[in-house]
Amino acid sequence: MNALIGAYTQGCMLALFALGIYITFRIFNFPDITGEGSYVFGGAITAVLIVAGYNPILATLAGFTAGMASGFCTGLLHVKFGINSLISGILVMTALYSINLDTMGKSNVSMGDNATLLTYAERAVMGDPAVTPRTRENDFVDVLGWRPKKNDLIHLAAIFALVAALTAVTYWFFRTNMGTAMRATGDNDQMIRALGVNTGNMIIFGTALSNGFIGLSGSLFVQHSGFADVQMGMGMVVSGLASVIVGEALVGSRSLGLTLVGAIMGSVLYKLVVSLVLSMGMPPNDLKLVSAVFVFTALVLPGFITKWRRGRTASAPTPGAAPARA
Amino acid sequence: MKAIQNWQPMLKVRNARKTFNPHTPNEVRALQGVNLELGPGKFLIVLGGNGSGKSTTLNAVAGSFFVDDGSIHIDGKDVTRWREDQRASLIGRVFQNPFSGTAPNMSIAENVALAALRGQPRGFGFALNRTMREEIRARVRGLNMGLEDRLDNMIGSLSGGQRQALTLLMATWVKPKLLLLDEHTAALDPKTADKVIHLTEQVISQGKLTALMVTHSMQQAVNLGDRIIMMHKGNIVRDFQGAEKRRLRVEDLLDQFEDIRRMEQLDESASEMLQETYI
Repeated sequence: MNALIGAYTQGCMLALFALGIYITFRIFNFPDITGEGSYVFGGAITAVLIVAGYNPILATLAGFTAGMASGFCTGLLHVKFGINSLISGILVMTALYSINLDTMGKSNVSMGDNATLLTYAERAVMGDPAVTPRTRENDFVDVLGWRPKKNDLIHLAAIFALVAALTAVTYWFFRTNMGTAMRATGDNDQMIRALGVNTGNMIIFGTALSNGFIGLSGSLFVQHSGFADVQMGMGMVVSGLASVIVGEALVGSRSLGLTLVGAIMGSVLYKLVVSLVLSMGMPPNDLKLVSAVFVFTALVLPGFITKWRRGRTASAPTPGAAPARA
Repeated sequence: MKAIQNWQPMLKVRNARKTFNPHTPNEVRALQGVNLELGPGKFLIVLGGNGSGKSTTLNAVAGSFFVDDGSIHIDGKDVTRWREDQRASLIGRVFQNPFSGTAPNMSIAENVALAALRGQPRGFGFALNRTMREEIRARVRGLNMGLEDRLDNMIGSLSGGQRQALTLLMATWVKPKLLLLDEHTAALDPKTADKVIHLTEQVISQGKLTALMVTHSMQQAVNLGDRIIMMHKGNIVRDFQGAEKRRLRVEDLLDQFEDIRRMEQLDESASEMLQETYI
């Protein structure tokens, strides 16, 4: 059962990644794969700072900033130098691989017993371990006969609270004057330029914000798992995309608030399904293959269904099926 | 025959030149030294055939591209090197394609709220506060299209005519120094086009706006505005103002077009003759 809490926690951390993916892929229609690198960069900076004894809050903020800087570069390459969006992301992602190795000095950094954001959360709830030592009695919680570790629950609660707060802030932001202009940039750039918005700057700001969330996601992952690894970003964009797609399937994409909540629900569900199929005996090596096939299916299926429906209704068109355009 | 000017022109285009795809087989000399002055409160109709440079002139003023040579002044400001989004502080625009002027996946209210800040910095205040909503509702009601009850509907669900009417409202929400209309009824059915034209006339006369409208409808050109220019091969070849413009009928315009065409043929045959004689 502890695996279940683990899956929820992983899902919440993935939700931040999905939030970033949502901003670039859905709001800007910008296929940004910088995330594979900025996720690691955020995590690496956090790990190195925490090992060096810096305050974990500072280290987390540094992870967010590192992600933003990565996204800023991608946006800059695309907007100011006119490089294709996908290539911009690949360039920055590739460069980040070296930067991440340089940052960590090796391919893997373990944080040992250093305090992280999550140890802060533990202390806030359970008190300082030096004063109230952990025992078998106070280390577990009794939930209707099920006894999960208190630590795990606190981690989940802390990460969920952070993700919920950031989602609320994102929702608020995309309803401000600046945020609506950003959404309009993705929806109709010609129109919003004619209304006086510098769309290039909006895209740069958007990719920076998106990768900030992704860097933060990496930072949290590192603090939760206790180590940073230069390979940990591999396949993350596909997972994030899968989460967004699952979310849209769950709640639709009619309103902004719903899609944001959907992205979180999608991430959690995605991680739950992953842990389920793994526990059912699927070899972990096949995980990325299955994820890719899943995203492929999700991308192709809607168009396929529409085609199929149209094929069926072509002989007898249903009234009101066509969108009303005078 | 230039009238004495005691006003400062709202729009001044001087010797504007633009060549697309220069030094290639696809080279197009779209503007070949266009000169144009438009006084404040004037409504100018730009006529011309395909490829005459009428839309290019409008796009040059809007800043869709920079002119190769010449200058553009709006309200006394030299905007020749201003980007499109910078010029937006002076210009309101309605496009030919109803899909171009609005963001389809955002609500009517959000679209209008975006336009309410045209040319102004956008901060972190809510885009749709209560006062803004009420003002939007009131002004959208003025369009008489029943859209005021559908403010939260996505623009993508509206018809082309409704979208053009909204775009017109958005372009003039903040009073523009110059209103640019690029064949904004060409994609609409005749009845809807009439409605939008009527609305256009109303908006321009009520706001005393300076406007430039590109069209290929002779009827519109005759009925609207107080000046007509005709373009041909990147040049302004005719200019009718004042009483002369008011006397013009559709047949007169057709005659003018025929004239221009004949002159062109004459030029060609004349040059052929010269070539045969001297080379």
